This record gives sequence, structure tokens and C-alpha cells, in this order.
Amino acid sequence: MFTNDPKRLSQEITPKTVFENRRELIKSAAAGAFGCALAPWFSREAMAANPQKLAATLNPAFMTKDELTSYKYVTTYNNFYEFGTDKSDPAAYAHTLQTRPWTVSIEGLVKKPVTLDIDALLKLAPMEERIYRMRCVEGWSMVIPWDGYSLSKLLNYVQPLGSAKYVEFISLADKKQMPGLGDNIIDWPYREGLRLDGAMNPLTLLTFGLYGEMLPKQNGAPVRIVVPWKYGFKSAKSIVKIRLTEEMPKTSWGRIAPREYGFYSNVNPLVDHPRWSQATERRIGDSKGIFAPKIKTEMFNGYGDQVVSMYAGMDLKKLY
Amino acid sequence: MKIIIFFLALLPLDRLIWLGLTDDLSANPIEFITRSTGTWALVFLCLTLAMTPLRLIGNSVAWIRYRRMLGLFSFFYACIHFGIWLWLDQDFDLGAMFKDVVKRPFITMGFISFVLLIPLALTSTHWAQKKLGRRWAQLHRIIYLIACTAILHYWWHKAGKNDLDTVSIYAVILTLLLCCRIPYIRKILSKRSNT
Repeated sequence: MFTNDPKRLSQEITPKTVFENRRELIKSAAAGAFGCALAPWFSREAMAANPQKLAATLNPAFMTKDELTSYKYVTTYNNFYEFGTDKSDPAAYAHTLQTRPWTVSIEGLVKKPVTLDIDALLKLAPMEERIYRMRCVEGWSMVIPWDGYSLSKLLNYVQPLGSAKYVEFISLADKKQMPGLGDNIIDWPYREGLRLDGAMNPLTLLTFGLYGEMLPKQNGAPVRIVVPWKYGFKSAKSIVKIRLTEEMPKTSWGRIAPREYGFYSNVNPLVDHPRWSQATERRIGDSKGIFAPKIKTEMFNGYGDQVVSMYAGMDLKKLY
Repeated sequence: MKIIIFFLALLPLDRLIWLGLTDDLSANPIEFITRSTGTWALVFLCLTLAMTPLRLIGNSVAWIRYRRMLGLFSFFYACIHFGIWLWLDQDFDLGAMFKDVVKRPFITMGFISFVLLIPLALTSTHWAQKKLGRRWAQLHRIIYLIACTAILHYWWHKAGKNDLDTVSIYAVILTLLLCCRIPYIRKILSKRSNT
């Protein structure tokens, strides 16, 4: 469904309103027919956002033949526990998140520690659109056109010291804006981390938008990380702090269940999650219909040629 | 009354069909159907187990009339739950299925619950009840074991993400329902209704 014309932005290719109108019609007819308290239970529509455009140029080096996951699914099926544990919770409750003013402080082992305003961050480097596969540790995947630039551009700007080995990402944790913080599932704030080489890899994207629009709040607005060769939870959302350290940072999921969520968490079909196999995945919105068989999961989510050298000599079955 | 309960009990299935037709089964329809049917199998299990305490409290045998149907609906939703998993997660590969059952405790528990429900469903007829006599009641006490394996299945499924709020509610309900079977508490319940 893609041409190689970089001027063609994805929002032109996947019109998200076409089928929604039809469905609204069916639904209002149904609501009339039921006319009772059960109607909401029979319809699970999430609220619509009011998106702002974000100009980005498609980077042909980061394309994929996979079919894009619809905007609707990308923005209504999310894991963002700050807004609740259900997949539909973020779309329903993230509207309380204040994405402006917003600053990100970069600190720790860097020559130039700095706190940057979101507007400054948006202008730090040219905005690219990249299409990445996103594989969740739970066994499902999407294909998403993200807008942002390589995290390495920001890291080079602050100049990591020679002693810096790891990068820690800390997400916002504010009870007033995030109803999910009432649950003590995670020791808030959410923390994730990468080894410095992974953070500097050109694939690692500092992300501000998707589908040519500013990130919807449920997707981690206003700025997040996207690391396509690792399970989705490595890609921290709504980041307020980036810290360079010498020690391996303790990640949120790693603290809760180290056997299930290792520090590296590279997508790896050979290493099972204790509760399910990782050999296959279910592609969200698969065009073959809802009973489509699962697809094979690829090593490093198919990004092996760009990342495998970083893990040379490591036993990835042990260092999962 | 029975017919009303029958149609009410079909509502969760109607809902899934309806959501399917309106393309509204979430982004992950298979997961949605699996979880929904699993939840309803558990709800009907609780309802089935609630009939005896209700009989004791209300001092009315009327409740027992609905018990079989509710139990069969639990089995019905468990069948869909299991069938979808066998088909779309295991691709009808029985070898792979058994490997999963042995390897993953939460699946072991789910599988045991499902398998144990089968003899109960098969012997749910009046004919079987008469034929088995006293042994029928003994056999159907397996439901207490199923309550435990089913809740463990759900609990361990949620434990990895520490997301235990909902499953705790079911665990409390099932514990209370099972406590009603303790002879001492049984006596208290039926005494209350006699005064």
C-alpha cells in the first residue's frame, strides 16, 4: 500500500474517518433498537482526540512492506498504566494529561546537563516520519508511522561523558493528571532504560507524533521513546527526565517481575515469556480478518541487521 | 422464569456477536472474546454456587431449579473460551497444546478446570442424576475443586502484571460461597431462615 514517494504522507494514505461514519450510523440505529441501559455495554467507542498536525518528512530508509495499523487501533488499544490497566483506559482517561508546558531534563553523566522545553525539543532536529513494527511483550503487534528524530541527536547535543554506560528514561508521575497512579502496580514513576549503544542506535526514535499528528495523549504525549527491536514496554512514554548513568538502571517492570521482563527485552522468538510463547504474534487489525492466524515473530523484530552487532558475544537466552 | 434466565444468560454471547458485526470487538478481537467468555464462565460458576446458599437463606428450593442451567452456561462459555484458545492460539496442534498445559501453571489450571467441567456437564441430566444416585452428589462436589482451579487460572494470569484487583473480587466471592458449604455455617444459614 506504499509508494516510495517521500512526499506522500501517511495521513493521506489511511483515511481514518471513512469507515467510522458508516459505523456510527449502524450504531445509532442499534441504540434506538435497544433503547435501554445495555446500549453502552454493546458499544465500546472511545473518545476522539483533537489532533494537531506535525510536519514530518517520510524517511525512506525506515519503511516496511507491512500494512499500517489503523489510526483508530493505534490510539485506542494502549498499555499506559498511568491511566489504568485496561487497553481502553488510556484513550478514555488520558485527556487529563497536561502536555504543555512540558520540559525534559537531561542530566547525569553529560557535559551539558540541560532542561529543554518541548518547543525547543521539537526544533532540535528535522522531524522524520518512520514506519516501525511495534511488538508488545504480550504477543501482539502493530505497524505505526511515528514522527520524530533519532535520540542520538539529543544525546550528542548534551555530550555524554566517557563514563556514561546507560540511559534511563523517567516518565511523568502526577496523581492529579494520571488516575492510574492510585493503583500500586508500579512503583511510580515509570522507569525504563537502554544501554548507551542502544540509545545511540539510529533506530531509537525520540518521538513526538504519529500519523503526521502530535502524539495523542494515550500514546505518550508530548514526547516518548520508540525502540522498535525491543518489546513495547521498553519504549517509555511521556518522558520528563533522561539520565545518563554508569550503572544499569532499575527498570519498572524489571523490579516487579525480573524473570518476565529482562533489562534487554529484545524481541526474541526463542525466549518464551514464562506465561506464553513468544514465537508468534497477533497483528492488530490484520486484514485477513479477526480469525487470521498469528504471524511468526522475527528475531529483533526484524531489525537484526541494524542491531545484532551490539549484542555480539552475548547469550541472549540468559540476557533476555 | 427459566426461559427469562436462559435468554439473559445468552446476552454475553449476543453482545459478542453484536460487537463483531459492528466491528467493535476492540483492536484485539480474539483476546477480547477469550477474556469475555472466560469471565462469563467464572460468573456463571459463581451463580451456580450461589444457588445453595440462597436456598438455605430463603428456605426455598426454587433456586435449585436454576442451578443446572447456570452450571451448563458456565460450561458453555468455558467451551468457547477453551475452543478459541485451542484454535487461534494453538492452531489445533494437540502436541503443542499439551506442552503448553504442562509448561505454564496458569494454563494447567485453566485446562484442569475445563476438563473437570466435562463430566459434570455430561451427568447434568435427570436420567444421570437418578442413575448415579448418591454418587451423583459426590461427583458434583468437584465443582468446589473447579472453583479453586479456575480462580488460580485467573489469578496467575494476572499476577505477572500485579493486576489483581478484579480477580481478588472473584476470589472473595468464591471463598464466601465455598464457606457456605462448611457444615457449621450451613447450619447458621438455615437456622436464620427458620426463625
